[in-house]
Amino acid sequence: MKHFSPATVRILLAISIALLIAAPFVLYPQFLIEILCFALLAAALNLLVSYCGLLSFGHAMFFGAAGYATAHSMKIWGFDPALGILLGVGLAAVIGALTGSLAIRRQGIYFSMITLAFAQLVYFMALRMPFTGGEDGLQDVPRRAMFGFINMGNNYVMYFVVLSLTAFGFFAIYRIVNSPFGQVLKAIRDNEPRAISLGYRANRYKLVVFILSASLAGLAGSIKAVAFQVVTLTDLTWVTSGEALLICILGGMQTLLGPVAGAILIVSMSHYLASYAEWVLMIQGLVFVLVVLLFRKGLVGEFYAWLERRELRRAGKEPT
Amino acid sequence: MNEIFGIPTSAFIGQLVIGLINGSFYALMSLGLAIIFGLLHVVNFAHGAQYMLGAFVAWGLLEYFGISYWYALVITPFVVGAFGLVIERLMLRRLYSVDHVYALLLTFGLAMLMEGAFRWKFGATGQPYPNPMSGGLDIGISFIPAYRIWVIAASLMLCLTTWFVIERTKLGSYLRAANENASLVRTFGINVPRMLMLTYGLGVGLAGFSGAMAAPIYQVNPLMGNSLIVIVFAVVVIGGMGSIIGSIITGFSLGVVEGLTKLIYPDAAGVVIFIVMIITLAIRPNGLFGQEAR
Repeated sequence: MKHFSPATVRILLAISIALLIAAPFVLYPQFLIEILCFALLAAALNLLVSYCGLLSFGHAMFFGAAGYATAHSMKIWGFDPALGILLGVGLAAVIGALTGSLAIRRQGIYFSMITLAFAQLVYFMALRMPFTGGEDGLQDVPRRAMFGFINMGNNYVMYFVVLSLTAFGFFAIYRIVNSPFGQVLKAIRDNEPRAISLGYRANRYKLVVFILSASLAGLAGSIKAVAFQVVTLTDLTWVTSGEALLICILGGMQTLLGPVAGAILIVSMSHYLASYAEWVLMIQGLVFVLVVLLFRKGLVGEFYAWLERRELRRAGKEPT
Repeated sequence: MNEIFGIPTSAFIGQLVIGLINGSFYALMSLGLAIIFGLLHVVNFAHGAQYMLGAFVAWGLLEYFGISYWYALVITPFVVGAFGLVIERLMLRRLYSVDHVYALLLTFGLAMLMEGAFRWKFGATGQPYPNPMSGGLDIGISFIPAYRIWVIAASLMLCLTTWFVIERTKLGSYLRAANENASLVRTFGINVPRMLMLTYGLGVGLAGFSGAMAAPIYQVNPLMGNSLIVIVFAVVVIGGMGSIIGSIITGFSLGVVEGLTKLIYPDAAGVVIFIVMIITLAIRPNGLFGQEAR
């Protein structure tokens, strides 16, 4: 946001809030909820990829496992939605702690392969365990009133509940990135031996941020389970992990708003091509290839770069 | 001797052979990944998709041109390898100067693209491929189909040949030298960019060969690659990509471990490799044969 003056930022923020409040009365609320869920999932992944240099290929395991926990607790045990979401986030954090403590022992591409393998392990377990419903998944999860009085059966109410939870998630990420803790993370990303020699326990920082990222991905999964009343094995597959990565990179890594822009595009595409699953996979693959080859900064990143060039031109300097 | 560890000998040998077969594919695939990674520092996520492509090329040669298995086995690696050369020349080459993560993401995208394309064209159901070798070996207690013996022998031979080429020939020494210090090798007048291209083609060709060999055993299916690649990644994490012989040994032994688990505790067979990976990470984080990753 450093490209705008504080006054402009306030105006832009006010416009965005107005748009977010007006959106469900123009567009289908369920569609918006899906965008918010995937934006939050991608933002959680972005926290890990962009600010810590840890490329996880397994975020579907947190997303899916939290979804299963929430759906199961609400459907079978009759939990309140808030409690169900809390349980899902808690489970994601526990899985994050277990897998993270092993995965951070290796770096670079090994880290990616390990997270992918763990996600596959969780997928296999979900396939076999009795309470996940196997291939059918868990369906018809009841939309019980939250805290007993918030009527979640209404799609508009649901949208605003999801909006506030997602906003909380994004605010948490914003705070993490712009805190002393976030500075240490960037230092570790840029030069780990130096950060260690300065006395920072790099692995401890990585583990904490891994767990935070897992919990936020879990929050996205739990919200999705509550709003769509269904969880399936698809939520746990590498296709979901890949989709989250694609949203990140299309929107622009190292930007807070990139995941939102990416999610709007990717979710809309999946929505309109819903009956052609193979096409979705092919187009997603193609977008991956094009973004990596042509604009690695992503949409929001390229927009910021364009603003920067414009500022430089205005200052009378040639862009370098 | 009718029992080993309380398991009927015939079942034991049957699972041992299946384990060795799966191990053959793990070894060939992780070998290809190790060669590509060693020189290009790229994790070829599309390796599974290229293996699937190999199976489809072999199947297509038979289906559309009537070319039999043995010719297909020779043609397929070249077709798939050529495909690899094109990918390297047109796409991967542009990404050597930026973070290695982008090359990984590119091959990931390619894997999605290929899987989507084949699912669109052929659906998710498998295409059968006839067994090219009849008969088998009757060792008294159990019968082993000839084709399975051939797969194990061929992949072992191919693995050892690759090892020999890289560790014991002049070409291999160029490859290893370029791995250590590419710019120095370049000053000696060796065309390193072309070598990188051919290395990628070789690794991809190995995946194509594995695919052609797999066609008669497993069904030719658009999804066959992505279920294999995740296991192969776990194998690579366990073995480490530092040594070629290490990839071969790890691949075969994990195949056997997986096969024998099916006898002792069938429910765990699908996950045993991941469990071995967890144990390895806890005890020897750099893998059995690994050096510290860059």
